[in-house]
Amino acid sequence: MEEKAPKTISRRGFINYLVSAGGVALWGAIIYPMVRYLIPPEVPEATASSVVAGNLDELPPNSGKIFRFGDKAGILIRTPTGEFKAFSATCTHLSCTVQYRSDASHIWCACHNGHYDLNGKNISGPPPRPLEEYSVFVKGNEIVVSKKLV
Amino acid sequence: MKTAIKLQKIYQWLDERVDLKKFQDLAAHKTVPQHKHTIWYYLGGMTLFLFVVQVVTGILLLLYYRPSAEQAFESVQFIMTEVTFGWLVRSIHSWSANLMIFTLFLHMFSVFFMKAYRKPRELTWVSGVFLFFLALGFGFSGYLLPWNQLAYSATKVGTEIAGAVPLVGDFILKFLRGGTEVSGATLTRFYGFHVAVLPMIATAVLLLHLFLVQKQGMSRPLELKSANPAPADIPFFPNFFLRDVLGWTLALGVLVALASIFPWELGEKADPLAPAPAGIKPEWYFLFMFQTLKFLPAKILFFEGEILGILFFTVLFGILIFVPFLDKKANLGISSRPLLVVGWCIVAFIILMTLWGVLL
Amino acid sequence: MKLKKMNFFVGLGLIIFLTLYLNLKSVWSKDTCIECHLLLDEKNVAIVENFKKDIHFLRGISCNGCHGGDASLGMDDPFASMDSQKGFVGTPDHFKIPAFCGKCHSDIEYMRKFNPKLRVDQHQLYKTSMHGKLLAGGDKNVATCISCHGSHGILPISDPNSPVFDLNVPKTCAKCHADASHMKNYKIPTDQFEKYSQSVHGMILLKNRDRSAPACNDCHGNHGAIPPGLGDIASACGECHSSNRELFNESPHKQIFKEAGLPECVTCHDHHLVAKTSDEMLGVGEKSVCMQCHTEPESEPYKVAFQIKANLDSLKNSIRQAQLLIEKAEKAGIDVGKAKFELNLAKDDVIKIQSLIHSVSLAKVTEVTQEGISKATFVKQSGQRALMDLKMRRIGLGGSAVIILILAFGLYLKIREVDARSKRVK
Repeated sequence: MEEKAPKTISRRGFINYLVSAGGVALWGAIIYPMVRYLIPPEVPEATASSVVAGNLDELPPNSGKIFRFGDKAGILIRTPTGEFKAFSATCTHLSCTVQYRSDASHIWCACHNGHYDLNGKNISGPPPRPLEEYSVFVKGNEIVVSKKLV
Repeated sequence: MKTAIKLQKIYQWLDERVDLKKFQDLAAHKTVPQHKHTIWYYLGGMTLFLFVVQVVTGILLLLYYRPSAEQAFESVQFIMTEVTFGWLVRSIHSWSANLMIFTLFLHMFSVFFMKAYRKPRELTWVSGVFLFFLALGFGFSGYLLPWNQLAYSATKVGTEIAGAVPLVGDFILKFLRGGTEVSGATLTRFYGFHVAVLPMIATAVLLLHLFLVQKQGMSRPLELKSANPAPADIPFFPNFFLRDVLGWTLALGVLVALASIFPWELGEKADPLAPAPAGIKPEWYFLFMFQTLKFLPAKILFFEGEILGILFFTVLFGILIFVPFLDKKANLGISSRPLLVVGWCIVAFIILMTLWGVLL
Repeated sequence: MKLKKMNFFVGLGLIIFLTLYLNLKSVWSKDTCIECHLLLDEKNVAIVENFKKDIHFLRGISCNGCHGGDASLGMDDPFASMDSQKGFVGTPDHFKIPAFCGKCHSDIEYMRKFNPKLRVDQHQLYKTSMHGKLLAGGDKNVATCISCHGSHGILPISDPNSPVFDLNVPKTCAKCHADASHMKNYKIPTDQFEKYSQSVHGMILLKNRDRSAPACNDCHGNHGAIPPGLGDIASACGECHSSNRELFNESPHKQIFKEAGLPECVTCHDHHLVAKTSDEMLGVGEKSVCMQCHTEPESEPYKVAFQIKANLDSLKNSIRQAQLLIEKAEKAGIDVGKAKFELNLAKDDVIKIQSLIHSVSLAKVTEVTQEGISKATFVKQSGQRALMDLKMRRIGLGGSAVIILILAFGLYLKIREVDARSKRVK
């Protein structure tokens, strides 16, 4: 009798243990992703159509910087008069990345010496078309660039 | 043992306040008939489980989703790429929607063929048909929410067909679209339907449906009523319930596998000015209707083919609601041959039209 | 009193009306040349009709503005209008045409009344051009003003219908220069237009109708058209391709080409048939332009040519590998925006090198190559990380599947146990 009882109990106990352990593990495997999901990611709301290109204090007048817009490059410039403007940084000639030249106070492409004015218009060299302009607005200390609304 | 005692104490505490006896009785005495068709009994619970999955994943999604034409697509993209496990939640939601509607079809047809709608279960059937319509509504409204090219075109076509209904078509179209065209207004409206209006109505109808099932118990198929000896019923708790849970566990496994191996695509952002993609068709559960409409000639006698098609389906769905009241014979315990034939024809029609729509 | 006032206004109105009417009428019909020549043969009628849209006519200069004579005498005596006493010169002969046009177009006091911006040195420039020199030598085959600008329907050069509007210039020059019989006495080829149409510049200008590409006059000049001297070609090309010009001028090739009498730029790129460049033009392969001179494998230039191409190839290879990784990850739903952005910067370096080669400096090319390769390598690493991410998903799936199967198995056993206990279950 004594020998039989432990066997049945332990078999039942084993099954109960299996189901409980499995159940707990499954619940854990459900709760864990849920909790990770609920914690917001680092970039809480970056969308492909707008991006923070820089901060107010990092760009003095007559300077520019390259920023990332999705997978393309954009150029944020601060004109000599202090105004912020942003354009696509992809040169319309052969797609090199342009840069800002403070000596000429306009945009320049190093690859084949193309020049663009502060409106993005191609003014000299091989580029056939102006740079696409983006809209810029300042939110607090951040400069937000987004694709221009048609 | 300690946990068992603790649970008992909690049970007692609640019982003193809320009188749990009724529930205990139900739990102890609820049985499920055992016969060769028992397997169909699982489908209602499976549909319910998948619905719960939809609610949970849906709530998770709406914490990050943005229902405006400018941001919807990007927010879904954000969920898929930036949010931890976002890809999993979204793909499960899309797969589970399809699986749920599939099990719903199976559940509805199994109930039909086993004539479980006969007295006293007419209301259960009617509430079930409404749940079916609500599920289609969920599917149609949810499909638009990612605001991709496919969804945009499908919604355009779908609402266009709704607008072809005689007399009230125009009103229906404007009501659905929130205007004359599919636009950001349509998106916001569909979002409202999908996360507030439909869930509210569905919860109410579902509670009614489930209450009726508990109150009236499971129906027995006609031919087995006279079987001798009648096989014993299995207790719902714990026997049948454990089987239910096993099914749900496996279903969860299937969902996770589908979501991981076949992640749901996002496609291109909707462009209202772009032409509709070639070969546009709705999700599979609307396909049989869509294919029928395509198949009908432009004019039948002096009626427009499309309108006749829409009327046909409207009448069909109307009849669907009233099936228990039309099948008088079932109440007398006689299985109506003609109705069976009609039922099988409809199933065959649906399967054939769906396959045709998928393959061509 | 009132009547008098009314009469006054009526009278004033009549006068104003009559003046306007008669003046407007007179612009066209009071011009005797036009009135008369419209009654002549088809050729004359065509000329007059054409003249209607001529810029000179639109600015108020009629036939007599160029041909002299008097346009106001009416039709009674046609030959009175064409009196040489009144300045009539008739149709100028071929050799006199430049001076004929230059009569006004070289007079700054006169021209500034119409358009202060217009140049007034066209005739002077023409005299220095090949066309001008040949004309002065008695050649009546060469082009004069009207060959390019037309004679009676002259449009401003900004008008797209003008034969000297940028997009139309090549065809206008080709009218003579591509005509073998016309050019048979000159010792120059007649395939320039054909070659140009196939060139990169020609395709852009003629096919794409993109005005940013050069037409004949951009390299050869307008009125002072003459092919650039051998040592001046880089300057002409360099007007647009300035970086390449500077690199070339700093390279050892500048002096060597000069001494060898080789034309700059054209030696490797041709002039009219400037083809789309390809990396096959570098290195030591059969399409390499370096191999036109540097065939000796042991020579320094040969080795440099080889190395430069090797550098470019290794960078392109690196980029290609990174590209493949990114595409794979993207297909599986991983966001690769940042990686693509970085890879574009590496692609910029390829273009930089393709320009730098004009310096034929291995050091410069190597420097940029290494920068590019490090960018591409960074991207490859993030691509590999993205693919790791995918792998993790599979592992997660595997783990969850194991848990689910264990639980399912446990439930199955439990069901069996519970069924056995309740006995009622079959």
